[in-house]
Amino acid sequence: MFISLLAVIALGCIAWLGAASGFQYLIGVVLPYAAVLVFIGGFVWRIVDWAKSPVPFRIPTTAGQQKSLDWIKPARLDSPFTTAGTVGRMLLEVLLFRSLFRNTSVEIQKGPRVVYYSAKWLWLFALLFHYCFLLIFIRHFRFFLEPVPFALTAIEFVDGIMQIGVPRMFMSDVLVVAALGFLLARRLFSEKIRYISLANDYFPLFLLLGLVGSGIWMRYFAKVDIAAVKVLTMGLVTMNPVLPEGIGAAFFIHIFLLSCLLAYFPFSKLMHMGGVFLSPTRNLPNNTRAVRHVNPWNPPKKYRTYAEYEDEFRELMEEAGLPVDKTSEEAAAAE
Amino acid sequence: MSKLPTPDKLIATIPAFPMEGWMDTKPDFKPGTWCYPAKVENMRALGMPNPHEWSADQEDWNLPENWEEIIYEGLKERLAKHRSLKVFMDICVRCGACADKCHFFIGTGDPKNMPVLRAELLRSVYRRDFTTAGKLLGKLAGARKLDKDVIKEWFYYFYQCTECRRCSLFCPYGIDTAEITAIARELLHELGLGIHWIMEPVFNCNRTGNHLGIQPHAFKEIVEFLCEDIETVTGIKINPPFNEKGHEIVFITPSGDVFADPGIYTFMGYLMLFHEIGLDYTLSTYASEGGNFGSFTTFDMAKKLNAKMYAEAERLGSKWILGGECGHMWRVVHQYMDTFNGPTPPKMETPKSPITGTVFKNAASTKMVHIAEFTADLIKHNKLRLDPSRNDHLTVTFHDSCNPARGMGLLEEPRYVLRNVCNNYVDMPENTIREQTFCCGGGSGLNTDEIMEIRMRGGLPRGNALRYVQQKHGVNTMACICAIDRATLPPLANYWAPGVTVYGTHELVANALVMRGEQKRTMDLRQEELPGMEDE
Amino acid sequence: MYNGKYIIPGIVIFVGLFTFPFWSNLLTPKYERPQLAMPADQKECIEPAEYMRAEHMHILDVWRDQALREGKRAYVASNGKVWDISLQNTCMKCHANKADFCDKCHNSNSVSPYCWDCHVAPRGNQ
Repeated sequence: MFISLLAVIALGCIAWLGAASGFQYLIGVVLPYAAVLVFIGGFVWRIVDWAKSPVPFRIPTTAGQQKSLDWIKPARLDSPFTTAGTVGRMLLEVLLFRSLFRNTSVEIQKGPRVVYYSAKWLWLFALLFHYCFLLIFIRHFRFFLEPVPFALTAIEFVDGIMQIGVPRMFMSDVLVVAALGFLLARRLFSEKIRYISLANDYFPLFLLLGLVGSGIWMRYFAKVDIAAVKVLTMGLVTMNPVLPEGIGAAFFIHIFLLSCLLAYFPFSKLMHMGGVFLSPTRNLPNNTRAVRHVNPWNPPKKYRTYAEYEDEFRELMEEAGLPVDKTSEEAAAAE
Repeated sequence: MSKLPTPDKLIATIPAFPMEGWMDTKPDFKPGTWCYPAKVENMRALGMPNPHEWSADQEDWNLPENWEEIIYEGLKERLAKHRSLKVFMDICVRCGACADKCHFFIGTGDPKNMPVLRAELLRSVYRRDFTTAGKLLGKLAGARKLDKDVIKEWFYYFYQCTECRRCSLFCPYGIDTAEITAIARELLHELGLGIHWIMEPVFNCNRTGNHLGIQPHAFKEIVEFLCEDIETVTGIKINPPFNEKGHEIVFITPSGDVFADPGIYTFMGYLMLFHEIGLDYTLSTYASEGGNFGSFTTFDMAKKLNAKMYAEAERLGSKWILGGECGHMWRVVHQYMDTFNGPTPPKMETPKSPITGTVFKNAASTKMVHIAEFTADLIKHNKLRLDPSRNDHLTVTFHDSCNPARGMGLLEEPRYVLRNVCNNYVDMPENTIREQTFCCGGGSGLNTDEIMEIRMRGGLPRGNALRYVQQKHGVNTMACICAIDRATLPPLANYWAPGVTVYGTHELVANALVMRGEQKRTMDLRQEELPGMEDE
Repeated sequence: MYNGKYIIPGIVIFVGLFTFPFWSNLLTPKYERPQLAMPADQKECIEPAEYMRAEHMHILDVWRDQALREGKRAYVASNGKVWDISLQNTCMKCHANKADFCDKCHNSNSVSPYCWDCHVAPRGNQ
């Protein structure tokens, strides 16, 4: 945990020092380009690497009634029989975290009694984090588009509709910190989660907190010159990189942490973003008895044949009056 | 077998989390926590690699010289063959949603029984050997060196997983520990590490056609013996066909149903049902096993044992296969069989119930129908005369087996059947049934008596749910659709909810079944008096 | 590669979405910092330009509260000069062209202050 925290603090310091000592072009232009390349290239490479392994068996985890008899209502989404149902199941999974929504917690009480509680906090905060992050990501497109499309302005209007403070507070900024805080807190304070957590579970959380934190610092407190920032970001996306004067250090910390996140992404558990689409227990229909699934490496059949079986047990079978393919006489004659 | 603690003591001895991290703790191979090793001759006869003498409680497991290379190459090969493994190794975020979903974790409190850590046991080695971060950062990236203790740990924990998939239901990415366990067990088998309780049935099934090693003549004798019991109860003499060609249907069920109490009553139930509806079927001694312990060793072994079903249907010229009540059998049939050994023999046809005319389109390709689907259809079409009052002395609940629940989705059919043959039916609490069902504690080949304490610990959530309905609703009967359940649930019920008896669903069907020409029923299939029927 | 017919379109969509800022700007002319119309007759604002650039929104927010809620109408600048707290009479007196001063920067950076929900926007220097 501490190693991850220190690593993120170190990254922040590197950016701060770098910005202060003339490496602004490196941090503001070179690294972001490199990070985007690594992110997209790495992401695609990981997906292709997964795709190189076949799915030998159709093994959906069925979370509801199968389709069998006409008068029994099947669970079309939790145990999909059709492609449409499977797409629906994946959409529920990807957009609404369906499986996490089922979450329960268990407790052994006196009696003994094993008691199950609904436990949707993880679902709620996970969903909150992901949607806030998405919203913040989309909001940032005001730095990549000129003119800024109305849709973005509308999103910002809604996100800042509470009109608290100047610049206006975005709800997504507050919620994303709260959600990250929750995700971190359960790693720290839940015995089970603490026990399973690795350095590479804390690192992304701290990195994201650093990223979000530096962004909030830059917007609400340090108030970097966003007109200059937009010159830089537009330079990046129009392939005419420029480094305008007078951008504060907070920006360089922010963009450096973002570059770290992008470059780290494909080589980490964050790849669950792509992996969730490839999970064979979710993305396949529950129709294996109706439609044959083909295994590309299906080995040749090798089994003990009936003939071999009968050869061993022929006499016993005849004695017991069981029908045989070859009588003892025929078998003897064949030898 | 070590002595079993009392239920209260068992719960009181669930330990707290250890202080050290999981990479620094080692399993303690106490008696009662590990399964006996497979016999060398069985391993050899089946062509398993590196058969050798070893035992889990010994310091040295006599691993083959190049064991590290075997594991490395074995894992590499499987990563290339199974996208599931590769994706599941990479995308876990350790959110912990799975942690308290595992019956073994609930019952043992051992953190490595949390599905996420069970997977990390393999994942840590994967990271070290197959990811750059793991190679560079080592333990910091959650990677660790493969050593002999890791192998021991794998053996310990991958044989404390019943491949029930309950964790995979809750995982936001559908990471399926059953898949990871199955592949880890494959790797252990590469080193010659198998367990007797699995390998002996596999060996038997290959040779005699069934797990129990019943030879053809004995199989026939046993079934005929069961038919005598049916005659005693109903007055009707049944002569089931064996290995006969030209029948429409081959019926295949786990051999446990032919052999062991209370499975035999379920088997009698099938025979009575088929007799009553005049089904054109045959039994087979060659394919006399529905279950597939091969699926607990390797995918190839599962395929090898499963191949007999289609081979026999083809030889006998049957149109389709009817399958009995069994859990993992139906995981294999529903999700693997057609892929393993299909396409089906050319003469087989899409199953159609000869009684109701219902076409089982959901089995159009595999051409195998679950008996619960078949019977539910019969009842729906009013083809059975039923007297559920014969089961009135029973208050029935239903245990969803893991595999039909989460690997098939067979949830309503057995309930429909039960509600029609019993007047008193209640479900256990919703977090313990249907897709959220809990394992009996003995799935995936762990139904062996030497690990009874582990089984009872794993059975805690199921046992406790049973006890709940026993106290609340007076449940005295737990119906199931699985031969392993019929073997594992009676000790579980005795331990956690004494007074509950375990029944196969078709035993209850047969009790209620009014057969043409039957004598007045005064006994159930167990030849126990039917209350209220004896003096009429 | 297996299941390419699903995975390849997926990758294309992914790459398309994440490179959107680049390809959508292919035809965009070089972006320049918005040039603001500065008052012809004044060289100095109430505070130094740097400070004004970062904090003008904050100053306006404080002025609004002081003028309307507290009735306080005098602002003492850092150089000791005293100004009348008034958007209309102080700020807009020099920065009379909203379109070429305020809006240029605000529009380009998608900032939409709610000053003009109440105030009447000035039409320009004419």
